[in-house]
Amino acid sequence: MRINKIAILLLAVALSACGGKGNSGQQQSEPTKQTSGNAVTETKSASADMSNHPGKKVYDSVCLACHMADGSGVPGMHPPLIDTDWVTGDKERLIKITLEGLSGKIEVKGEVYNSLMPPHSHLSDKQIADVLTYIRKSFGNNASEVTKEEVQNVRNDS
Amino acid sequence: MKKLAYFVLLTLLAVSCGQENAPENHTLHPDNDNGGLTLPEGFSALVVADNVGRGRHIEVNENGDIYVSLRQNDGNRGIACLRDTSGNGKADIIEYAGEHTGTGIKLHNGYLYFGADSAVVRYPMQEGELKPGNSWELIARGFPQEGQHEAKPMEFDGQGNMYVTIGAPSNACMEQMRTKGSPGMDPCPILDYAGGIWKVDENSLNQHYLEDGERYATGIRHAVATRWNNQVGELYAVQHGRDQLHQFFPEMYTTEESAELPAEEFFLVTEGSDFGWPYCYYDHLQNSKVLAPEYGGDKTIQERCENKKPPIMAFPGHMAPNDLLFYTGGMFPEKYKNGAFIAFHGSWNRAPEPQEGFFVVFVPFDGENPSGDWEVFADGFAGTEPVNSTGDAEYRPCGLAQGPDGSLYVVDSNKGKVWRIIHS
Ligand code: HEC
Repeated sequence: MRINKIAILLLAVALSACGGKGNSGQQQSEPTKQTSGNAVTETKSASADMSNHPGKKVYDSVCLACHMADGSGVPGMHPPLIDTDWVTGDKERLIKITLEGLSGKIEVKGEVYNSLMPPHSHLSDKQIADVLTYIRKSFGNNASEVTKEEVQNVRNDS
Repeated sequence: MKKLAYFVLLTLLAVSCGQENAPENHTLHPDNDNGGLTLPEGFSALVVADNVGRGRHIEVNENGDIYVSLRQNDGNRGIACLRDTSGNGKADIIEYAGEHTGTGIKLHNGYLYFGADSAVVRYPMQEGELKPGNSWELIARGFPQEGQHEAKPMEFDGQGNMYVTIGAPSNACMEQMRTKGSPGMDPCPILDYAGGIWKVDENSLNQHYLEDGERYATGIRHAVATRWNNQVGELYAVQHGRDQLHQFFPEMYTTEESAELPAEEFFLVTEGSDFGWPYCYYDHLQNSKVLAPEYGGDKTIQERCENKKPPIMAFPGHMAPNDLLFYTGGMFPEKYKNGAFIAFHGSWNRAPEPQEGFFVVFVPFDGENPSGDWEVFADGFAGTEPVNSTGDAEYRPCGLAQGPDGSLYVVDSNKGKVWRIIHS
């Protein structure tokens, strides 16, 4: 109990130090939520440092608007790219989604989504390979890279 | 086990109460932390229920029973039905009914009307029962299959008409959906069947909205927040403005401008109104309805937008107004009387800038028009600040209702938390 309180105190200090306004009422009343929320951000380090990867540029200008900077998506609307089989699994399927877009009901991490992702076939093979490599190695994901030849093969098949 | 508990409770109730079960105001105790909300002085709040499901809109019956429409359904659970039997404001019975999921929910003429995404149906209310009956009827049908802007809120004018928003399944009517460089279709064919508000008869069954109804207003991209204002006898709506100006026109709009623009517009919707989507958007910094870049706009020229109907008020971009309510209760101070509460769901399209607008605002009214500026009324839903990704917000206000005693109810869409805001 005491440890918990100290942790919260530290957290509050840390939060105010970095300029966050915070919501003190909430923090006092729901300490467990605050601490567990913080734990999530801390464990997010399995990925390599991708901040200079060329795929980040593509991600930031094309995908970020919907899937968010941290890949967490928008509840009920745009699914997350964190630890999902769609991202870290079958590369061919992933390339196809990016080229052709996606619609209809899908389930991602137990949540049903029924929205529309636009096609991105206007991006080059290299841009798609870069952005997919970027998402497969960011946000805590750690899957193999995607090459531009793989993108080219899928594009030619369809 | 649960069932048995309900049974015992219900039996007790039936035995003990011959009288009204409308909870008395004086037994309400606000939560110490107001359920995490920050409110103006004199107001307080209590949590009615923590977690009823993915809530959308909310209705409160004359006896205090509460109905929440839900977006996800695992088997006949599209409507959460809540009852407080002890009068302390906390729901102690929560049951589920309804095989549809969606947004619109309205008690009207002894029915619970429900705006499923593909149709409007109604369930019969049953005297003395919390849950509506199962035998629903189809009122309006034929809505387009939509993967975006599919919510169907509906309103009644008290003269036998029902108004349903048919949101446009599109951002800006581009030839290719949300694709950079794709031009806007001109004329936009979507406006023939969506992007407006349609009027149908509230009692006729099985109406096709295009064949049996009429288009009441057009040029509305999507409006989840709609309300018939009984005081002035007019329909109002708050629009979700278009997205992604920077993504599609990076040479014209910075990310900051794209986060702020266009305005979310508050409309007085009279018959035949045209608010200009997709050709126009409202720039609240210039106070001007300008031509959209997909149609040759340069951020300032108006052209055909000069003739489109302007909003009665404009809010910063992308905050996603999801419900509107005109306050007619007797509990809140005089300034709130007949004014508008708007629940903003909070943005996603302000990234990479921080997300905004996870709050309920108040707009004072005098007659048909606002009489002053808007102000934040209830805040603190997100539980964190800044909100960098929409998913960081713990709660997102989505629906509003007024209780028989004048309390204001708010429902969240993440977990279905329900607050009751009171004044004393
Ligand atoms: C306009 C918004 C939007 C943009 C831009 C967008 N997506 Fe999506 N994305 C979606 C939606 C919506 C879905 C779910 C579609 C459905 O419900 O069927 C989705 C689904 C996905 C999925 C599969 C489900 C999952 O979450 O794992 C992947 C992978 C994905 N997107 C990757 C990308 C990548 C990579 C980009 C950039 C090249 C991108 N998206 C750009 C909206 C978008």
